[in-house]
Amino acid sequence: MTGLTGPAAASARPPFPGSVPGPVLDVRDLTVTLPRRGGARMAAVSGMNLVLRPGEIVGLAGESGSGKTMTALAALGLLPGGARTTGEILFEGRDLLSLSQRALRDVRGRDIAMVFQDPMTSLHPMLTVERQITDHLRHHRGVSRAVARARALELLETVRIPGPEQALRSYPHRFSGGMRQRIAIAVALACDPKVIIADEPTTALDVTVQAGILRLLDRLRRERDMSVLLITHDLGVMSSLADRISVMYAGRVVENGPRRTVLTAPRHPYTRGLLDALPHPEEETSELRPIPGQPPATGAAPAGCPFHPRCAWSRASCAERLPDLVELEPAHSAACPVDPFGPAAPVGPSGPSGPSAPAGPAGPAGTAGPSFSPEVPA
Amino acid sequence: MTLLDMRDLVVTYQTPGRPPVTAVAGAGLSVERGQIVGLVGESGCGKSTLGKAAVGLLAPSSGTVVFDGTPVAPLTRRARPVAQRRLQMIFQDPFSSLNPRRSVGEQINDGLRLAGHRRDAGRVRELLERVALPVDAAGRYPHEFSGGQRQRIAIARALAAEPSCIVADEPISALDASAQASVATLLVDLARELDMGLLFISHDLAIVRQIADVTTVMYLGTIAEHGPTHELWARPRHPYTRALIDAVPRPDGSGRLPEPLPGDVPDPAAPPSGCRFHPRCPLALPECAVRVPERVEIAPGHSVACPVVKEPLTISLRPVP
Repeated sequence: MTGLTGPAAASARPPFPGSVPGPVLDVRDLTVTLPRRGGARMAAVSGMNLVLRPGEIVGLAGESGSGKTMTALAALGLLPGGARTTGEILFEGRDLLSLSQRALRDVRGRDIAMVFQDPMTSLHPMLTVERQITDHLRHHRGVSRAVARARALELLETVRIPGPEQALRSYPHRFSGGMRQRIAIAVALACDPKVIIADEPTTALDVTVQAGILRLLDRLRRERDMSVLLITHDLGVMSSLADRISVMYAGRVVENGPRRTVLTAPRHPYTRGLLDALPHPEEETSELRPIPGQPPATGAAPAGCPFHPRCAWSRASCAERLPDLVELEPAHSAACPVDPFGPAAPVGPSGPSGPSAPAGPAGPAGTAGPSFSPEVPA
Repeated sequence: MTLLDMRDLVVTYQTPGRPPVTAVAGAGLSVERGQIVGLVGESGCGKSTLGKAAVGLLAPSSGTVVFDGTPVAPLTRRARPVAQRRLQMIFQDPFSSLNPRRSVGEQINDGLRLAGHRRDAGRVRELLERVALPVDAAGRYPHEFSGGQRQRIAIARALAAEPSCIVADEPISALDASAQASVATLLVDLARELDMGLLFISHDLAIVRQIADVTTVMYLGTIAEHGPTHELWARPRHPYTRALIDAVPRPDGSGRLPEPLPGDVPDPAAPPSGCRFHPRCPLALPECAVRVPERVEIAPGHSVACPVVKEPLTISLRPVP
């Protein structure tokens, strides 16, 4: 993997701005391309910027194929073979993309750890829980077996595994899905990482169990000042944990901002569409309003704004120019020049499938504005 | 007449060398024409087993399943009885429920043949249009479609058999958020339009709340609570229903953490005595460990299997610490 610096990287912000604590992870103008048959390349992530500060949980939202996971894998140097990157991923000022595999191995698992969706595949089925935690410690910290074991016991207590002594001697299959995910988190915590990347950590779990894992992650970041990059398509999970949210579509960030702003007063039609497509437990009557059409396959994003074919507010210009991510207010930006939910005069949706008239101006409350038509084009 | 009626169903899995597992231990529910019934519960609660027994994919060890006045016979090596063709099933994973080596059109034609029709390209086209797929999909193969589109193909195939009742087992849980909404909406529209019964099995309470007329909550093989969906949500009576509702994360930007329910679903091979929920129940009394609660009707169409709770549980059981 090469650390070619993209042309736009030079324009990035200073590394340690003013009073705000410096980022622990700083993704700058990251582009990931994958080989396609016939020698061409397709972009899985384009022009991605993301900042993670100490103790902060930043959410990456979007549908499958939007580039969420590719961003995470790039940070860990785990991209599939043939992938190429440009831009920078700075971890405490060092560019992870330019590190050798050997140097990266030291960072991975020690400074940045990952929690995957399915703990059954991320834990080794033939190794005891003790071995999975202590291997990590012994490799990265070089501690004795006894010290590592004591630490493993402590970690199982931290993630609240009942009967930790016995659990250390057990194999992963002995545990339920929720308990396995707790063990996977204990493994990730072994070397006291500064960053945990959690890729759909609760998607495979029941809501009752999910709630426990969300509380655990929240407690860990408070107690340890740990940063979490939370990747999930579930905006309910996002709403419970994330401080800030970046919404990705077709490899690009289309909106980012504080949790409450993004979820209650989104400015990008895609974010709005994702929210409208969700059942809202507090509202009894509202119907589901799916986003029409399909997200594009990786590398097959249409010209112009990648969302324009599915957007009820798109104009002719949307098919031509790729919109920039523009700061709308401090810490909140969106990539939509039409800005149908902005404070400026609300614009009715265009196009044949759009609703005939907006229900009202989409103010900051963000619940009364126009929505997508439920029709799905054939 | 009730369209699909299951009573006192017991389904036991026998594995050589292991104790038998009773996944469904005396559960029943009914589906009327044009009605959407949501069946919810954690994984391992027996909801999928109940769904499979409903269409005859599993043989119950006791209890009855009656569809349209005729008992549903468990499937054997022989062809499915004609009387059951109007009872169709849609599975969770449209990647494994469609045959990868046959074209979409051929697979939809299977449904038509089941209904006693000949192959009919025109009808296939109509069905594809009805589920909002491009008409040229008939000549293509399942791998060319996304998860949501594949689930639409599975729905078109089920529709070809002219069903009066569809059992959908987690039909949207393998799909992306926006595809979830569109497939759920499609199923609801079809149920209303064709006056079909729909048994919608899901672990996602929020979606069931949105689409189901009545909801059945299942725990470890038994039914904890059953009632009109809005009533169940607004005024749940069973502590388990309350716990499920509290655990759903709200996408409201508030940063509020949902309430976990301690413990896991116990091993159905060795279920707890008395009320099966008592080891996890915040309101359990000593007698709950002894007496098996009976499900009693507390309002028309609303029944609950908890003798302890006399009032609706309108507030969360565990205040946020």
